[in-house]
Amino acid sequence: MSLLQSFKTRDRVFEFMAPAASPVDVRHGPILYMEDVTVSFDGFKAINKLNLTIDDGELRCIIGPNGAGKTTMMDIITGKTRPTEGSVWFGSRHNLLNMNEPEIASLGIGRKFQKPTVFEALSVFENLELAMAADKRIFPTLTARMTGEIKDRIDEVLETIGLTQLRFQPAGILSHGQKQWLEIGMLLMQRPRLLLVDEPVAGMTEQEMERTAELLTGLAGKQSVVVVEHDMGFVRSIARKVTVLHQGSVLAEGSMDQVSCDPKVVEVYLGADDEEAA
Amino acid sequence: MMPQLPSSRFWLTRPFGERTTQVFLGVLFTALLVVTVLHVAVPQGSPLHVNAYTVNLFGKYLSYALLAVAVDLVWGYLGILSLGHGAFFAIGGYAMGMYLMRQIGDRGTYGHPVLPDFMVFLNWESLPWYWQGFDMAWFAFAMVLLAPGMLALVFGFLAFRSRVTGVYLSIITQALTFALMLAFFRNEMGFGGNNGLTDFRELLGFNLRSNDTRLGLFLATGVALAMGYILCRAIVTSKLGRVCVATRDAEARTRFIGYRVERFQLFVFVVSAMLAGLAGALYVPQVGIINPSEFSPLFSIEIVLWVALGGRATLYGAVIGAILVNYAKTIFTGVMPDAWLFALGAMFVLVTVLLPKGVAGLLRKRRRAVESDNAGTKEAIA
Repeated sequence: MSLLQSFKTRDRVFEFMAPAASPVDVRHGPILYMEDVTVSFDGFKAINKLNLTIDDGELRCIIGPNGAGKTTMMDIITGKTRPTEGSVWFGSRHNLLNMNEPEIASLGIGRKFQKPTVFEALSVFENLELAMAADKRIFPTLTARMTGEIKDRIDEVLETIGLTQLRFQPAGILSHGQKQWLEIGMLLMQRPRLLLVDEPVAGMTEQEMERTAELLTGLAGKQSVVVVEHDMGFVRSIARKVTVLHQGSVLAEGSMDQVSCDPKVVEVYLGADDEEAA
Repeated sequence: MMPQLPSSRFWLTRPFGERTTQVFLGVLFTALLVVTVLHVAVPQGSPLHVNAYTVNLFGKYLSYALLAVAVDLVWGYLGILSLGHGAFFAIGGYAMGMYLMRQIGDRGTYGHPVLPDFMVFLNWESLPWYWQGFDMAWFAFAMVLLAPGMLALVFGFLAFRSRVTGVYLSIITQALTFALMLAFFRNEMGFGGNNGLTDFRELLGFNLRSNDTRLGLFLATGVALAMGYILCRAIVTSKLGRVCVATRDAEARTRFIGYRVERFQLFVFVVSAMLAGLAGALYVPQVGIINPSEFSPLFSIEIVLWVALGGRATLYGAVIGAILVNYAKTIFTGVMPDAWLFALGAMFVLVTVLLPKGVAGLLRKRRRAVESDNAGTKEAIA
């Protein structure tokens, strides 16, 4: 074997030599893995030894009373908040704690905030176009052309979110529910592996809620979806597996029926809700 | 308007496929042609004759129109209300002025072969380093674009990186132009102080005082306006233009979907500053002087008024606004000079109340009415 060839053969690839945006490795099951995560703000523990795993393609609902740490948990996953302790892995290759927000977003974690923010002056179609995964530097953006491929991709998402009829309308005229769907569509344009959806049905009508439930259950399987929601009826209609958070850690996990029978859960959350309802 | 897909054409030629641009270019070039014919072919004394003074005046309006287009690009599409665009205009003007000063050569009052008159007057021994190279046209013309561009680059880099936007940005752009005005008023700066640069003679060998040169400058300004308009239109109809609009309406959201918003802002701001510089460079040889009053904060605010009157975020509205207001200014300051500012104020109030989208909004409404009329007739026929 010549000297040259001996350089070519490699039995290992060093971590720092591997391409940065290498695909997420889910061969070992979970797409998101949080272990013993703790966040404290001046001594107050917003998240306290939280353990959570989300499987690839799963649709998971996270519920919990106010202040249970749902939003903080989302902030940790998207890189907005740094935990004091613990580890967060995306697949088995990417340590999310070493990445910043744009890196995490480009890795395929999309987040939908509570309040829908769409670009009101642009059409529904253009909103999706801007959100699409593409080269987002200045000159590629300036010289970008609309190709058949891009158009097909946008049409496909329009179909999924049910806004094909309204594609040339300015997003400003959409109803609240339609804006929420458009925003989910904008996330889908980025081809995410994991979607974080914060209170998708707040302020929606009954029909809109049904449509949203269909949309989210349709997405699961292709993407992993994590939904944070207060509306129990909605959670019951979509969830296969529910995680209950309380004071920063997992109180219970299981199907909606299991969880709602759990005496601890009844005490901190559902019980209180029922009393209010009664 | 018909629903439209974003175009698949090459970005720079994209505007030519648009009706608005076609109409704009048609009107502009017809106007240039008509003025030229009326000036050259119609004998003096005929009521239709356009005299050299008027041609010169129109040339000045056109350079203001280009400046207004530059302001509309950043204000209308990017949401950055710059109250300091006069500074870029003036710097472009000074770059041109420096070239014109060097062209005077030894024909100045003091007859010095290199130094401009005001430097001789101040007993300066030699040319300051930053005056070097301005005897060469290519260098001076490059500086017309580069000097305002560099200033915008540094200023914009600092401002956008720190995420200064909204009112705060407007205030610091205002401070920028005010600071530059004070600096340029100083004789030590080497730009002629209070008096500025004047007594120009030739541009590229053409006598600036001849009527033909004035007509040439008027036409050149018209062409520059057309090119500036096409460039801006190409930018706003590109995907980058849609990112700008997105930034204008929801900056945090745009950042969140992966665009480095501050870079887009910087890019558009620099392009706009360069266009403003070009406008200034075309303005100076037509009015024959550049002095620090162009840096005045009031002038920069006035530019914003032109754009607001014409209609923001349309580009052609900025052109209409600039020409209308300046035409009114010429008339008013001739008839009742003291009343001009009141008239400007009244115009602004009336437009804000009656035409919130400016003159362009009115045109658009009319067109839509005509279109729906046509549609109605077609339906009736069918």
